[in-house]
Order: sequence, then C-alpha cells, then structure tokens
Amino acid sequence: MVRFENVGLRYGLGPEILRDLNFQIPAHSFQFLTGPSGAGKTSLLKLLFLSLRPTRGLVNLFSHDVSLLSKDEIADLRKRIGIVLQDFRLLDHMTTYENVALPFRVMGRNESSYRKEVIDLLRWVGLGERMDALPPILSGGEKQRAAIARAVISRPQLLLADEPTGSVDPTLGRRLLRLFIELNKSGTAVIIATHDIALMDQYDARRLVLHQGRLHVYE
Amino acid sequence: MSRIDQRGVFVDLGQERPQVPARARNMSPIVPRASIHGRALVVVVAIMTFLASMTTGAVLLVSASASEWQSDVASEITIQVRPQAGRDIERDAAAVAAAMQGQPGIVEVRPFTKDESAKLLEPWLGSGLSLEELPVPRVIVARVQPGTPFDLAALRSRVAQAAPGASVDDHRAWIERMRSMTGATVLAGLGIIGLVIVATIISVSFATRGAMAANRPIVEVLHFVGAGDRYIANHFLRHFLRLGLQGGVLGGGLAMLFFGFSESIAGWFSGTPVGDQFAALLGTFSLRPSGYVVLAAQAVMIAAITAVAARQTLFATLNDIE
Repeated sequence: MVRFENVGLRYGLGPEILRDLNFQIPAHSFQFLTGPSGAGKTSLLKLLFLSLRPTRGLVNLFSHDVSLLSKDEIADLRKRIGIVLQDFRLLDHMTTYENVALPFRVMGRNESSYRKEVIDLLRWVGLGERMDALPPILSGGEKQRAAIARAVISRPQLLLADEPTGSVDPTLGRRLLRLFIELNKSGTAVIIATHDIALMDQYDARRLVLHQGRLHVYE
Repeated sequence: MSRIDQRGVFVDLGQERPQVPARARNMSPIVPRASIHGRALVVVVAIMTFLASMTTGAVLLVSASASEWQSDVASEITIQVRPQAGRDIERDAAAVAAAMQGQPGIVEVRPFTKDESAKLLEPWLGSGLSLEELPVPRVIVARVQPGTPFDLAALRSRVAQAAPGASVDDHRAWIERMRSMTGATVLAGLGIIGLVIVATIISVSFATRGAMAANRPIVEVLHFVGAGDRYIANHFLRHFLRLGLQGGVLGGGLAMLFFGFSESIAGWFSGTPVGDQFAALLGTFSLRPSGYVVLAAQAVMIAAITAVAARQTLFATLNDIE
C-alpha cells in the first residue's frame, strides 16, 4: 500500500531531518510511529499524507509514484486517507455533525445517503448529544473524538493519527485506541504517531521508531 | 455502521449519556459568508461600475450628438459668391442658384437674401448695415438628398462656369474635425474604462487574497478531506460573483438613475436659453433604451470580471496552500 525507498526530507537549505527511509506499510496493517519529540513523526505523516514532497527518494502510495501526481490526483488519493491531527482542525463555523460529514460532502454525495451513518458514528464516539454544537464549545476530548470521527467516516484505506490520545484522559485514550483497532479489523491500515509508551503497551503492534532522522522497524 | 454495531465492534461511548433525537443537517456553507469581508469590495466594485457607466454614457451622448451634427452638416452644401470687379453679384448668385437646381441629388436651393446676409453679420458688424457699401459675399445653401451619391466635382465645375468668383464648401474639413473629436472622445472613454477595469481587477485580487488568508484553515481542512482546488475555488467564487453582482447593480443602477434624472432636468429646461445651449452641445441628453442596455451589460461585465479576477487569484493562492 505504501512504499518508501531511500527517502530523505529537508526543509529549505536546512539539515536533512529524515534520512534514508526504507519501509512498507502493508494493507490492513496496524503500527505505531514513535520517537522523541522533534524526531520527525509529524513530517513523516505529512509525507504519507502528500502534503510534503520528499527532497529525495521514492514514495509510492496506492501504487502511484507521488512525484508524478498532479494536484487533482493528489486530492483523489487523499479521499482514501484519513488523518487526525494534533490540533484537530475542525471548522469552527460548522456543527460537529457537519464537520464529520464533510468528507462525504466534498465527495458530492447526497446527504440522505450518509446522514444515518454520520449520526451513528457520532453516537458511537459519544457525541450523540453534541451533534449541533459548534467546535468552540466542545471540550478537548470531544474535539478529538469529532476529528477522529471525521477521519474514519469515509472508511479510508489508510488512517494516519498524530498523537490522537494527547488531549484525553487515559480511560478515554484506551477507548479511542480500541476504536482504531476495530477500524483496522474492518480493513483500514492504521498508523498512530505517539510518544505515549503506555498507549503502545496496550496493543501488540508493529513499531516504527524514528531516531536521529532514521527509521527503525520493530515487527 | 449499523453492520459494525450489530457485531459490537465499536464501543458506544455515548451510552453513558442520554441520546437525543438528531436534528443535525448540513446547513452551514463550506465557506462562511461572514468570513469574506465583502462590504468594502461591493463599494469598490460599485464605484468602479458607476465611473465606467458615467464614462460610457458620456461617450454614447457625445457620439450620438456628433453623428446628429455630422448628418445635419453633411446634408448641406454652402456656396459663396464673392463680389468681383465688373460683375453683378446678384446676377452671379442667380446663375449659380439656377446651375445648382439642375444638379442631380440636390433637393433644395436657398439663396440668402440681402437682409438675411446682413443678419448673419449682425453679431459682428451691428444692425442697420448697408451691404451696398461692403464687398460681402452672398451665400447659397443647398440641401442634398441624404444617402445619394453626389458628384461634387461636377457641381464645382457648373458653379465655376456660372460665376468665376463662387466657391463650393461641402463642410468636409468640419466633418473630419468632428469625426476626429468624436474618435478622440471614444478613445479617451475606452481608456478610462480600461483603467477602471484594471483598478477593479487589482482591488478584487487584493480582496481575494485577503479572503483566502482569512480562510486558510478552511482551505487546509478541505484539502485534508480530499477536496480539489476546483471544488474549493468554486465555493469562494460564489461569494465573489455575488459581491461583484451587488456592486455592479448598485453602481450601474446609480448611473442609470443619474442619466434618467439628467434627461428629466433637460426636459424641464427645454426652451430656455440654458436648455438650448445644452441641447446644442449634447442633443436631447437622452441615452435611449439601447444606451441603458449597454450600461446594464457593462455592469454585468464588471461583475463577471470580478469573478474571473477572483478565480485567477484563487487558483494562484491555492497553489501556495497545502
């Protein structure tokens, strides 16, 4: 599904922050991406999400060489990827329901075809009574759950999550992890970037460890 | 999701809270209307449309008046019969008039009488003038059938045979000057409209960049969920097209009201010396229905230019936002 070969990344003329990355993300796999703060986890997620281009090497995503993709093709590929960012990135002028339904809206689907699905998912993540609330009045945990719901609603083939449990208490963190595990069981490849060792210890999964710009894979 | 629910795959975190009936619907626009500070842009587009409409209206008025003058002047030929030693000017004038009567294309020949010639000179020489004491040429005005080819050379030759001191003036030089003046006015008008359009494009471009900067988080999220540039641009474009149309209707409407009001004022002053001066300069000060159609089309054009300029800026800006 994802293949990196000798990938390097630098910002401007600065030092190379990711070096010689060689790894694959198989379909239906589950992995944690970890490493100390500033190791480049978010940058690697951005490479995977196509919002950054590598300065060298080959990134192959869904059998496409990303260096050859047009903007429209990138937009189409992103519809197959879900992403949860640390800062949630919810749209403040839209209700929780509208934020979660946004991927379907962008796909041009008729609301009646997905409304029940969105409402069900919002209930599953505990936002059943917050559907009409605007993000500014949601708590950090609620925002986190809304962001996760938005990322998974369209059943992406690849889910990227950057510190998805960073804003919630340990109990809720465990529940969210279980949500990701169940999503993985339903066929989605999951990459969770975290430096929360306690979270990783809860589930036996492949670990991608970034250290000094290089990636070490522990199966 | 219900399939997964039945399998008990997801944990329903909401079970801890009472569920409420969902009334949720997609009600919010993708790009909130309030996030685009459009009032200033509407005012700018309105001012630009008003200026462009005033210029176009003025050009249309001048062109219409000039073509009226031209058709009046072009349908007349003036012959001057100058007094010459040893010749009877009255006889020469009569001979010229008779020669002109036989010229094809001439529908009316009117020699000015002595009194009429004296009246023509009255503003300069005063009243009570005796033409007997002055070598004043006699004027004969001929009206030409409009639209018929007219052989001016043949007329000159006939007139010269009838009276060697006579000259024929078909006002060509005057018409050429009028044509140049009208052309210059139209060119100046087009130049002003061009400047107005350029200023509109620049204003819209700045407004679009501002709106995009203010809505950068929305654009980024739309990119995250797989929206293409075209999808995003279209949502912004609707706002700018609406703002452009509001500005165009406002500016164009005000200009139309101005011309309509001016036409009414010209009507009220009709018959007065001031009204006559205006009528001489600008005709009836009426734009005619076709003029108003041109102004409406121009307002729509400026709204369209607003949308196109916004679209170009949107795509240029979207390239910079990931």
